[in-house]
Amino acid sequence: MASRERAPKQELLAADGTPLKAALRRSQTVERRRAFMLVAPLLFFLLIVFVVPIIAMMWRSVYNPEIRNYLPQTAAALQDWEGQDVPPEPVFQAMAADMIVGVENRTIGRAAARINREIPGARSTVMRTARQVDEWSAPYREKFIEADEDWTNIEFWRILKRESRVVTPTYYLLAVDYEYSSEGEIVPRSEVYQVYKQLFWRTAWMSVFITALCVMLAYPISYMLATQPTRIANLLLILVLLPFWTSLLVRTSAWIVLLQQQGVINELLVALNIIDETGRLRMIYNRTGTIVAMTHILLPFMVLPLYSVMKTIPPSYLRAAKSLGAHPFRAWWRVYFPLTIPGLAAGCILVFILAIGYYITPALVGGDSGIFISNLIAQNMQGSSAQLKLAAALATILLVAVLFIYWLFNRLVGVDKLKFG
Amino acid sequence: MKKILVLTGSAIAIAAGAAIAQDKELTIVSWGGAYSQSQIKAYHEPYTEKTGVQILNEDKSANALAGIRSQVEAGNVTWDVVDMLQADAQRACDEGLVLEIDHDEWLAPAPDGTPASEDFIEGTLGPCFIPQILYATMFAYNTEAFEGEGPQTIEDVWDLEKFPGTRALQQIPQKNLEWALIADGVDADQVYEVLATQEGQDRAFAKLDEIKDNVIWWTEGAQPPQMLADQEAVIATAYNGRIFNAQVNEDQPFEIMWDHQMFETDGWVVPVDTGNVDTIKDYLYFATDSQRLADQAKYISYGPARNSSASLVGNHAETGVDMKPHMPTSPENLETAIPFDVQFWADYGDALEERFNAWVAG
Repeated sequence: MASRERAPKQELLAADGTPLKAALRRSQTVERRRAFMLVAPLLFFLLIVFVVPIIAMMWRSVYNPEIRNYLPQTAAALQDWEGQDVPPEPVFQAMAADMIVGVENRTIGRAAARINREIPGARSTVMRTARQVDEWSAPYREKFIEADEDWTNIEFWRILKRESRVVTPTYYLLAVDYEYSSEGEIVPRSEVYQVYKQLFWRTAWMSVFITALCVMLAYPISYMLATQPTRIANLLLILVLLPFWTSLLVRTSAWIVLLQQQGVINELLVALNIIDETGRLRMIYNRTGTIVAMTHILLPFMVLPLYSVMKTIPPSYLRAAKSLGAHPFRAWWRVYFPLTIPGLAAGCILVFILAIGYYITPALVGGDSGIFISNLIAQNMQGSSAQLKLAAALATILLVAVLFIYWLFNRLVGVDKLKFG
Repeated sequence: MKKILVLTGSAIAIAAGAAIAQDKELTIVSWGGAYSQSQIKAYHEPYTEKTGVQILNEDKSANALAGIRSQVEAGNVTWDVVDMLQADAQRACDEGLVLEIDHDEWLAPAPDGTPASEDFIEGTLGPCFIPQILYATMFAYNTEAFEGEGPQTIEDVWDLEKFPGTRALQQIPQKNLEWALIADGVDADQVYEVLATQEGQDRAFAKLDEIKDNVIWWTEGAQPPQMLADQEAVIATAYNGRIFNAQVNEDQPFEIMWDHQMFETDGWVVPVDTGNVDTIKDYLYFATDSQRLADQAKYISYGPARNSSASLVGNHAETGVDMKPHMPTSPENLETAIPFDVQFWADYGDALEERFNAWVAG
């Protein structure tokens, strides 16, 4: 008790009389602030070019403003409609008013394009009617129906009502091959439209396969690099690094030259009479092409971490194991292999995550059976029927999948144990 | 932080100043390759010489509609004039993405005084669209790939026994589905009627299934001549101008099969909010007059979209070949031609494109 009472009197003071602790804290705060100022540009940069675009993309994947913005009165009038019969006059009246505004502002086509995604041909119906609606007067219902039978299509009105919400899961459903039925239930899409689930699956297994091939090829190479004398090892390392530094476009094109039907390998096989002119092998523009080219391109990402880890394992460990009577394989499996796991895991996660989002190589050599989900994302961003929102939904799913794999990996192996070189 | 903001602010001010200083500049979006070259020679170079306006080319027309959509949506329109297909132009127009055009005010009359709105080939003008050329997509083949005669009809293209080898098709549903129905025996004038039905679509895809294993896909117009030259494919669909270019300028042994060629119109649109309208109007007045359209046909075998240009079409600029028989609009090439149905594809494009992409990837 006594010592505690004396404590304040013994508190150390700085030169200016303030308590030393406070003075230290103050000076550290200044230091920390200064340090933060140093990284602030980077944080700012990351925010602008990384965080904001990703959030914008995610928002875009659920944002559905077309009906609400360009047919606002119709959307409001439909809220009271039960969805059983052709809507009553007020809905048609609202539609006519929206159309007149939409033609004036030239925005009616955007609403029409949105509906056309759900019902092919609805575009024309909307546009044709919109062009004549300013000559009509109330009541509108009969005039609409007289002008075009399609206005009695209940499915059309149901979709309009459903899609008048600003936030919609529609694009996520499409991204996993589901859709809304006209009754509003979630059902699998017709088989002829199904593709995304299959592509996600294909991307996953091919990435695993490529990672496995990389392990099989890179492990012996790295072992050799790590065990050779430095002079030879450096030379060999250059052979790994040179392709690594070469543009991946160049490397992909090189594979095209080698593998195509009029390419080097086929010519050679024909010249050696191993195959005849009609039996030329198709090794590119299909799954084989993607696997071969990607394995080659991603190989250095496996070799480098493995090499850097193997380099730190003293060769005496293996010798010790063998001299104690272990079979060479057992010595390798029980002593050497466990020590290489941090590099192996780092290589695997690196190659797998790079592979799962790969675009250029599958696009160039994948043909149609060897393309990845990223190629379909790109496809949805191009062409006259581009569906940017579906592309955003697909990309978000891919992003979440990668984050999940990373999390799982962290739980199983531990990211802090990784050695990237 | 404040300093950074000030710096960024002044950087933006400088950039804006630079933009104002360069308003005598047009960004023109087109298809690239031999086609862009013909525009540069026939339109851009003479125009720059006449007015001093610099022209920047971007080869983005393959994604023109998506590009204009995202630029307008983001409120940052950097394209001044865009070369696009008529079907896409119609959609862009309906969606309010491109300017409406008063053709008689914007465009030069024909040499004989006929106003522009009456001079263009019927059905090609659109409310936002200034046609330049009619071009054909059709099959072509490498004569060295076949002993004896090559394929002559669409049925021959589907005949893998008589004409073995890989086919190169464009990776879009447009035209491929029409040809599949023709090969399946549908009459040319009923193709779109059939294709509007579920059974018709199933039938077209089933017909495409027959050759799918022997098909490789192209996306850029420059690819099919290359694929034919390398014999990576023996028969390919292509734009007629590209094949002409390979035949005449590169001496390739290619033959065009005009049977059931599909022709459509390509031309200019002007995105909204470019803020450069006076220069754009001046350029378009110059670049779409009768003589300029006819000049383009000196460099590439696409038919000019003005009636008054037809008589002005002469010989190829470099080789002196008479261009008239190579035009998709020349009568003997038009015998079995199918006009590409812009309206049909505006309506059914979304659904068919989706199904087609799923079919290709599956």
